[in-house]
Amino acid sequence: MRWRAAGLLLCVAVLAVSVLLSLSVGNQYFGAHDVYLALADFSGSDNDRVIRYLRMPRTGAGLLAGAALGLAGALMQGVTRNPLADPGILGVNAGAALAVVGAIGVLGVSSLTGYVWFAMGGALVATVVVYLVGAIGRGGATPVKLALAGAAISALLGSVTSAITLLDLSTLNEFRFWVVGSLTLATGSVIGQAVPFIAVGIVLALVLGRSLNQLALGDELARSLGTRVMVVRVAAGLAVVVLAGTATAIAGPIGFLGLAVPHVARTLVGADYRWILPWSMVLAPAVLLLADVVGRLVARPDELQVGIITAVIGAPVFIALVRRRRLAAL
Amino acid sequence: MDVSSLVWSTVAVALTLAVGALSLTLGDYRIPLPLVLDTLSGQGTLILNDIVLNGRLPRVLVGIGVGTAFGVSGAIFQRLARNPLVSPDLIGVNAGAALAAVLMITVLGSGWIPGGALLGSLLAATAVYLLAYRDGVSGYRLVLVGIGVTAIIGSVTAYLLTLADIYTAKSASQWLAGSLAGRSWSHAVLIGVALVILLPAAVAGARQLRLLELGDDLARTLAGRVELSRGLLILVGVALAALATAAAGPIAFVALVAPQLARRLVAERVAGLLMAGALGALLVVASDLVARQILAPTQLPVGIVTAFLGAPYLLILMARANRIGSGG
Repeated sequence: MRWRAAGLLLCVAVLAVSVLLSLSVGNQYFGAHDVYLALADFSGSDNDRVIRYLRMPRTGAGLLAGAALGLAGALMQGVTRNPLADPGILGVNAGAALAVVGAIGVLGVSSLTGYVWFAMGGALVATVVVYLVGAIGRGGATPVKLALAGAAISALLGSVTSAITLLDLSTLNEFRFWVVGSLTLATGSVIGQAVPFIAVGIVLALVLGRSLNQLALGDELARSLGTRVMVVRVAAGLAVVVLAGTATAIAGPIGFLGLAVPHVARTLVGADYRWILPWSMVLAPAVLLLADVVGRLVARPDELQVGIITAVIGAPVFIALVRRRRLAAL
Repeated sequence: MDVSSLVWSTVAVALTLAVGALSLTLGDYRIPLPLVLDTLSGQGTLILNDIVLNGRLPRVLVGIGVGTAFGVSGAIFQRLARNPLVSPDLIGVNAGAALAAVLMITVLGSGWIPGGALLGSLLAATAVYLLAYRDGVSGYRLVLVGIGVTAIIGSVTAYLLTLADIYTAKSASQWLAGSLAGRSWSHAVLIGVALVILLPAAVAGARQLRLLELGDDLARTLAGRVELSRGLLILVGVALAALATAAAGPIAFVALVAPQLARRLVAERVAGLLMAGALGALLVVASDLVARQILAPTQLPVGIVTAFLGAPYLLILMARANRIGSGG
């Protein structure tokens, strides 16, 4: 108990360092003092502007999207007792992406508060369809069936998305930067609009920890312990939709973060979701911000978008999980 | 080949030709069928020659060629893995070819795309196979590892698109969706030559494998030859998918759907291979007709139509496999 809390504090410290790095490292380097001045005593100099209007929104996007995706992945793994669950693999991000592209390209919606609802709607539809298809037949929603259903739905949604983008050059031009998964697209005001959505999702997710522990014992046992299994499933599903939908709306479809981070947390703190959830919530944005910093450094003077870094780091985790002899249910 | 196989394959080929002929008549200018036939026999006007012989005919021929190649390639993989989901779509072969081609379109700005596509798909297929290998290769592990590798390849491909100027990015994305727009005779010749070489090899390989697998005792003494003909068949399957991707982009789900339909119509395996090719051709040519007409004058890439048809079919296939308990 005590060491887990201390570890969580350590994670918070790591997160603080990654925030500082994200504010100071890039094509221009800033010392801690520059960053402090830009935040505390904004003078309008070039340095202050870069920090205030470029680095801060970028860091904010990383914090929100990272926390959201880490929690969403942990929730999905807990509810489906599925080690391969991730909003990217199970098609949730693809559903949100299609809805956002449709809203921007076809309906002309332009503000985040406008299209975040579309993103959540798309995430909801994709989640429900993937779960229903994966749950048909013997054994219910096994990891393999869910992953395959997610791949099929993602392929379908992806081709509709590309059909929309191919019809209009300017939509394609925006979309090709967004689809990679990037923290540079959201402005400060967009990020401000996303905060309440993420906050609701975080509260809902953290409340569910105890219930997820009981679900891990199996539906029967959970029921006999007084858990309302269906209510927990629906609440967790809603939290996933809000979190993954909003994260996709601000940063594009970022894959594998929600897969890998909860596994790391589980390895460190054990199978207790009351700890896995907050650890994932703090570790995931740290990983995302560090990945973003790496992306700024490896291809200078250009940048690698953060979604590419997370895929290159996270997909091997997925493959390693698949290679385990038994895809043991969680 | 028994009677019903013969009937079904005749029907498939006839339908393909009929849809192909219809495609030659439709477009920005409608050309009545008799005029099309005149033009094909060399009696057309200059304009008709240009529209039919240089515009629509190569497009239809490329459609038939890549459809056949994807269908046969899918049939080979499904037969070897005994798993309907092991198709070049899902195990990274098409993604590897696509990455190599996009690399050549956007960054290198040149290069021989078929060669690059072949190399890319071979590398991707080898990576997936090695990563999935663990005391042998199970079909589901192959598919899941393929999903992971495809994700990495896909994100690199998407990154390349952000580097290019918007017009190059547009043509690369159109190509990535799987498109027959603007296909010329050089594409038709490419896929035609590929089929002339690889189809007989596929049939010969499948026939030999069937003979080798017939007798257990014989097979045990010939185990090395079984592995060899399996390996050659895999190579042929990868090459077919790669060259089809080089000619028309990774047209989604054709390699997955065509062999499944073929299996339901034709039981015998070597004939089933050819039937999968015929149905693949029909699927691509018909889908391309829909893609050209449905939002005319705007043309959709053919791969979007095949994805619309194929993804629900894949879900039904999975649901059925799950219900009878053979799913993962």
